[in-house]
Formats: sequence, C-alpha cells, structure tokens
Amino acid sequence: MRPHELLTPTPSGLYCPPADVYIDPVRPVARALITHGHADHARAGHGAVLATRETLGIMAVRYGAAFTQQQQVATWGERVRIGEVGFTFHPAGHVLGSAQIAVDAGGLRIVASGDYKRAADRTCTAFEPVRCDVFITEATFGLPVFRHPDTAGEVAKLLDSLTLFPERCHVIGAYALGKAQRLVALIRDAGYDRPIHVHGAMEKLMGFYEAHGVPLGDIHKVVAAERKTLAGEIVICPPSAVQDLWARQLPDPVTAFASGWMRIRARARQKGVELPLIVSDHADWDDLCATIREVGAPEVWVTHGQEDALVRWCAMNGIRARPLRLAGYGDDGEADGEMPTAAS
Amino acid sequence: MTADLNSFAWLLDRLAYEPRRNGKLALMTDYFRRTPDPERGHALAAMTGQLAFANAKAGLIRSLITDRTDPELFALSYDYVGDLSETVALMWPAARPRDGIGHNLPAPTLAGIVAALAEAEKRELPTLLADWLDQLDETGRWALLKLITGGLRIGVSARLAKTAVAGLGALPTDAIEEVWHGLTPPYEALFAWALGEGPEPEADDPAPFRPAMLAHPMEDADFDRLDPAAFSAEWKWDGIRIQASSGLDAQDRRVTRLYSRTGEDISGAFPELVEAMQFDAAIDGELLVLREGRVQSFNVLQQRLNRKTVSARLLAEYPAHVRAYDLLVDGTEDIRALPLSERRQRLEALLAAKQPARFDISAELPFTTWDDLAAARAEPGSVGAGADADAIEGLMIKRSDSAYVPGRPKGLWFKWKRAPGLIDCVLMYAQRGHGKRSSFYSDFTFGCWRTGENGDELVPVGKAYFGFTDAELTELDRFVRKNTINRFGPVREVTHTATSGLVLEIAFEGLQRSTRHKSGVAMRFPRIHRIRWDKPPGEADRLDSIERLMVRTSATGSEPEG
Repeated sequence: MRPHELLTPTPSGLYCPPADVYIDPVRPVARALITHGHADHARAGHGAVLATRETLGIMAVRYGAAFTQQQQVATWGERVRIGEVGFTFHPAGHVLGSAQIAVDAGGLRIVASGDYKRAADRTCTAFEPVRCDVFITEATFGLPVFRHPDTAGEVAKLLDSLTLFPERCHVIGAYALGKAQRLVALIRDAGYDRPIHVHGAMEKLMGFYEAHGVPLGDIHKVVAAERKTLAGEIVICPPSAVQDLWARQLPDPVTAFASGWMRIRARARQKGVELPLIVSDHADWDDLCATIREVGAPEVWVTHGQEDALVRWCAMNGIRARPLRLAGYGDDGEADGEMPTAAS
Repeated sequence: MTADLNSFAWLLDRLAYEPRRNGKLALMTDYFRRTPDPERGHALAAMTGQLAFANAKAGLIRSLITDRTDPELFALSYDYVGDLSETVALMWPAARPRDGIGHNLPAPTLAGIVAALAEAEKRELPTLLADWLDQLDETGRWALLKLITGGLRIGVSARLAKTAVAGLGALPTDAIEEVWHGLTPPYEALFAWALGEGPEPEADDPAPFRPAMLAHPMEDADFDRLDPAAFSAEWKWDGIRIQASSGLDAQDRRVTRLYSRTGEDISGAFPELVEAMQFDAAIDGELLVLREGRVQSFNVLQQRLNRKTVSARLLAEYPAHVRAYDLLVDGTEDIRALPLSERRQRLEALLAAKQPARFDISAELPFTTWDDLAAARAEPGSVGAGADADAIEGLMIKRSDSAYVPGRPKGLWFKWKRAPGLIDCVLMYAQRGHGKRSSFYSDFTFGCWRTGENGDELVPVGKAYFGFTDAELTELDRFVRKNTINRFGPVREVTHTATSGLVLEIAFEGLQRSTRHKSGVAMRFPRIHRIRWDKPPGEADRLDSIERLMVRTSATGSEPEG
C-alpha cells in the first residue's frame, strides 16, 4: 500500500479509505478519530468518535454529552483495528488528552501528529516520538524566527510587572483549553499562591483539569460586581474578552496575552498588547526540526501553518516533504488564541 | 538580574509596549535603581540620544545573517516579520539555554560594547558584532541591533528619561535639566546626586539649558479675577519656542547652543542663528522663518524642523529668525529671579548693544482693559501685526512682576489663543485606544464630502483622539460598536452615508497642504469639539470649503509641496 492510499486529504479532513474513517474531520462524518479537544479539530455531530478519555470528556464539556452518537475510548499505545488498518494513540503534549494517531497497514506506518509541542508542561502527558514511514506535522510556528523562550522567564515578566504595578489589574488573554491551564500551572510553579481569577467561560475547563489530576490552586470565577475590586490581581480570560466590554471595569488593567505569536513585535502591537507573554502550546521551529529528525521518517507531510519553510528545511536535510493543504484548521482562531496565521 | 545588555534589552522591550507615561517612568526608575554604574549611565545615554554608533549599517547585518542561514528561509522569515533587526535577532543561530545550562560566555554589558566600539576599527566590527550576538538572548540581540543601527523606537523622550532619574530621589526634573548639558556618560555623579549619595554635579557648561517657563490657558473666569494693570501682553507667535544660550568657556572660547523647549540641542539645524549669537546671554524666544521681514506660517517653518543638518538652499529659502521674549542670563548673571519688567529692560539693552543679526524683540501690546486685548486677539492686523497676522497664534499675557519659574507655575503667565477653526466632518473609522482606553474605540478618523466619479463621496481629512469627555467617549464607543460595517484588524469602519452616520464638529489650529493625505490637506491639532448627534451626515462640510479656509489661513503659499 502506498502512503496516499492509506491517508488522503479531502475537503472533510484527512481520510483513511481502507478503514472509512476520518482524522479530525471539519464536517460531520460517520466515524471520526479526534486528536484533541480544540474546536477546529473536535467538532460535534459525528456518528462515532474514537479519542482519548480526556478528549471525549472535553468534547462533552463543550458540546454536551450528546456530541456524538457513539464514543470509544482510545488508550495510550493500544492498537485499535478497524478493517485492515491499525490505529494507535500516542501522547502529543499539546493539551490535556491530546494525541498523535499512528495509522498502520501492510507494514506502512503514518503518524498524524495533530498539534504538538515538546516543551515541558505538567498539565498534559509529554509528546512521545514514534518512528514511522510518513510523519504528518503541523507548522503553526514553522518559520525559523519562532523560537519560544524559556517559560520561566515569561512568567517572571508577569510577576515583575505585578510587583512594579501593584495597583493595576493584570488581565491575560489566553485560549480557554490548554493555554489557560498551563499558564496557571506555570504561575503556580513560580511560587504565586494568591487566587487566580478567571472568566466564566473558563471555569468548567479549569475544573475538568483539576478533576483529571492537574492541581491549579485557588481558582476564582470573576463575577460582574467584583470586577472593580481586582486591582493587583491576575485575571485570565479568553483573548476576545481582553479588549471587549467585559474587561472595561477592571481597575487600570495591564493587558497581557499568552501566545507564541507574541514573539513578533508587530503582531503584539497590532493587538494592543502591553505585556506579551511568549507561551505556546505548539512546537517552535527548533522543536519541529528536532522532532522530524527524531521520528526518522523518510517522508514528511506538512500541514496548517507555514508549510513552505518547513518543506524547504526538509529538502535541505534530504527528507522528502510536501505541503498537505488541509482546510479548516486554525483559521477560526482556535489554533493559538484568535491569531489567524498570515498564510491561512 | 545581572546588569548586562540582556537586562537593558528587557527594559527597552517593556518600554516599547508600555503606552503610559507613568508606566514608562516606573519601569525606567526601577531599572536605574537596581542597575549599577556605569551600566545604567550608558543606558541613560542610549535613551537620551547621547550614544552614537556610526559604523553599523543594515548591509553589515544582512551579510552576517546571510553567512549563517539559508537565503530562502531568511527571505520567508524577513517577509513575515517585516523588520530586519528583529528577523536577525530571532533567526540568529545561537545556542539556546533551554536545558538550564546557559551560555558559555557571559552576555556583554552596554558599557563593554560602548568601550569596544569606541576603539574598534571598521574591519573589526563584523567579528565583534557576531560574538556579541552569539552571547545575547533574542531580546538582547534585538536591542543591540536596534541600538547600533539607530532604529530604536521606544517612545521615551530625553526629558522622560531624566524624569525617571529624578524619580530615584526627590529631585525635580528641572534641576537635572540645569546640569545636564555639562555632564557626559556614564553620569555617575548624576546618579549619586539623584540618590542623595553625592553633591550636585558641577555645571561648568558655559551654555547650559534652563528649563522653560510655560503658560496656562486663559479661562473666562480669569478676566474677572485678574487686574489688567498688573500684566503685560505680547503676540504668541506660531513658531517653535527655543532658548538661545551662549557663553565663554574657561579658555575664553565661545560656546553657543540653541535648545528646543524640552532641552534638545538643535544647534546643528540652525547654523545661521548660532553664528549670530555673539553675546553672553540666554534668551528665551520663538524660532520663526522671516522672508523680507515678514513672519511666515508654521507650515513654512516646518521645512527647517527635524533636520540634523541643513543645505545651502534651505538656508537661503527658509531664513531662520528669533523673536526674543525674555532674558534668563545676562552676561554671567542669572536674572531669572528678577521681575519680568526688569528682565525685559535688560533684554532691550542687550539687543540694542549687541544688535545680533536675526534677533529682534517681541513687541509689547498696549492695553488698558481686557476688552482691548479681546479686540487685538480677534483681529491682530488692526493693532500693528499687519501682514504678519497670519502667523499669530494668539496672545501671551504675563504678570509684569513674575520671576522666571521653570515649569508651569499657576497665576503668572497665560496664553489666550485665537479661536480655532471649526468644521463639521463625518465619522468614518474608529480604532481602539491603548492602556486605559484599550477597550474603547477612541481614535476617530473623519472625512468631508467631495464630488467623486460616482457622485458625492467622503474622503478622510484627519484623525482625532481627544476633545471629548469620558461620558462622551462611552457614547462614541457605543455608536461605533452598533454601527460597524467592516473590520480591519483593530479598526472598524462605521456607517457613513448622507443619511446615516455621525457628524463630529472638529476644532483645529491650522491647515496645510499635504501630498501624503488622500484629501490633500493636513490639520494641526484636530480634536473633537462637539458631537453633532442632531446633524445628518449629508450636511457636513465639503472639501472645497476646507480648501477655501486653507487659502485664508496659510501665508504667501510659496512653499513647495511636501
């Protein structure tokens, strides 16, 4: 079997003809395999969904228990057979429950890695490299200018600012699933133990993480009447709320934004951000390159993001590579907190 | 935190994002407090424009990165980032301290870089620069590249940086201004003084800057309160306020400097004035362009501003002149504590004795009642301003017994500007503000009607972000959110047809022709004077009526386009 016969891009998503299943389909299908709970990858309305227990739980939190007719739990490293094809879920290190899906048939193995990162993150299981014949990689930060700094330094920036401006509320825009929880964990790890205030839209997912063994400390939902009293406090809200009416009553806010895009000054400035925090859920350039070497695949398919640069790098390193034009990922702002990529 | 260039880079990075004056001050003062000499002094020099690295050009940086990266990957990256220094800073293939081991070599200090660049020969520069870039982190590399190419934009004026130094202790910023021009980097004595750990530095500069005395706007209630007999009045000219300072140093050589109102040395742009300053004095006055004895409009003067050097053609076509208002130092005697009336007599005597070319005295206006002045303000031409009336911005009203007090003391000097121009415009676009206003649409672009190919159309004529109250801002913000027809990033386009939209009455201080604006006009100090909720957009002003205003307000009109 040749690779494109095992997995092929279609308008509905990445399709596996011999098993008749889709990976992260963007339209409702009969049978879907879901890598992780971000809304551009996990949509409601499929006939059956195979995903990790955490991903199924996140989908239920977001879409209600009836998000699909039939659920099946995937366990790390356990091969699930559908027809002649085997599917094995491996941790992707992106958000809680996020997985890569290894697809094998007739001695050929393709790994669809979904979104992934390599940086340390105690809120989810770490990425596990899987050797394969074809590696499908994301390229959200697929340019050599994206090199995420040490997260401790970014959190120090935030805590320094709190010390210097104790009378100002520090409001941080962060995506509700994954980024917000990781940010809280990083702030806790830096020794900050005061309550952290969160937007109502985040409360359930914070609780979900806690219930799945990720302690986040004292999390406090912001209620309207209290907004004026949050001077000197940390408030985390969805990116869209930072500059919306919601944030208006916060006392003299310092607007921060946690995202890999904050690496580029023009982007941060365009967003009106005063305190950019470069914290990302995606692999940076160096990690993308290191991962491609590590999985040892002779062929790489590059999707959502800056495909051209990564394809070029593969060519320079003797790896066959091509862009895989998959529509619908990241373009609704889900990929990294409302920042559509320039390429999409 | 160690005091290397990385830590200064952190400060610069934070300053570049911090929109608030007080926020910038807190960041700078904090940096000065925890950074030792001489590093903080070099940082102060960098932020006050006293560091000049002339050697590094963009070409050198390009060649360094070309040697280290794939050209195609560089091109893709540069295209994405849009800034050479930033692209190079991010792409530079340095070892990352990701595993906690860190760099092998300590990062360079700003002091070390300044010293090395002062001694380095040009051919050594590439190696030096590459080594530093290897040793710095991403932010450090960005700051270094911006510093050596002169492209640093952090929104900090020299005055603000000095205010941050003053904030280390209880010094007024003006006290620092007084000694500033006698000091050189790394300013160790200045920091010691500001921290209360040393004496005031010796100010042995023979031509220092003295902080300017500023006026309050005249309010209606002031006329009943104030006795006209205690005041003198003169024209307020529409030029730029300067200080002409000249004296002899210890070797009897003349030192001559022309300062802007904020203490920036602008001598280089006005050599003809420097040459004319053969006196020992510090004169406060207005810089103007005079042609055949006539004061030209601010638009004309602008051709001479913001230049480091000046061509012979500009000197001939835009001859500079100083209209003297006040005398701060007479010979070597500081006379700022004397009453204005006495300083004025000294000024008259000095100008009569020295007769410096290109200097004259600002005439006093005779008056007995405030009504007399009101008449003069309404029609300067009728009370002796003659053909120069167009270059008059209003009146200055000063207490005759006032000492020259730096800053903006209350009750001594007043400015009474001429009534502003007013036009009715239609709101077209709105953009979110910064800081406190980041959740408000507070920057407004407005337009006037003109006849286009398909009938009447609006053309943008200006942008305003003040003039309204907080309550009005809330209403404007609500209007923008409810009437958005398009979004472009942080900008919203609001409905603007002849029948639906919002009319803003815009006040402005002047108009000039502009090739950079689609409408061909640029406004000075536009602000929202009134919100005309009642007026249909179709009744707003037309571009040709603005053009008629321009003909009336601008001077002879011989200035070139630009």
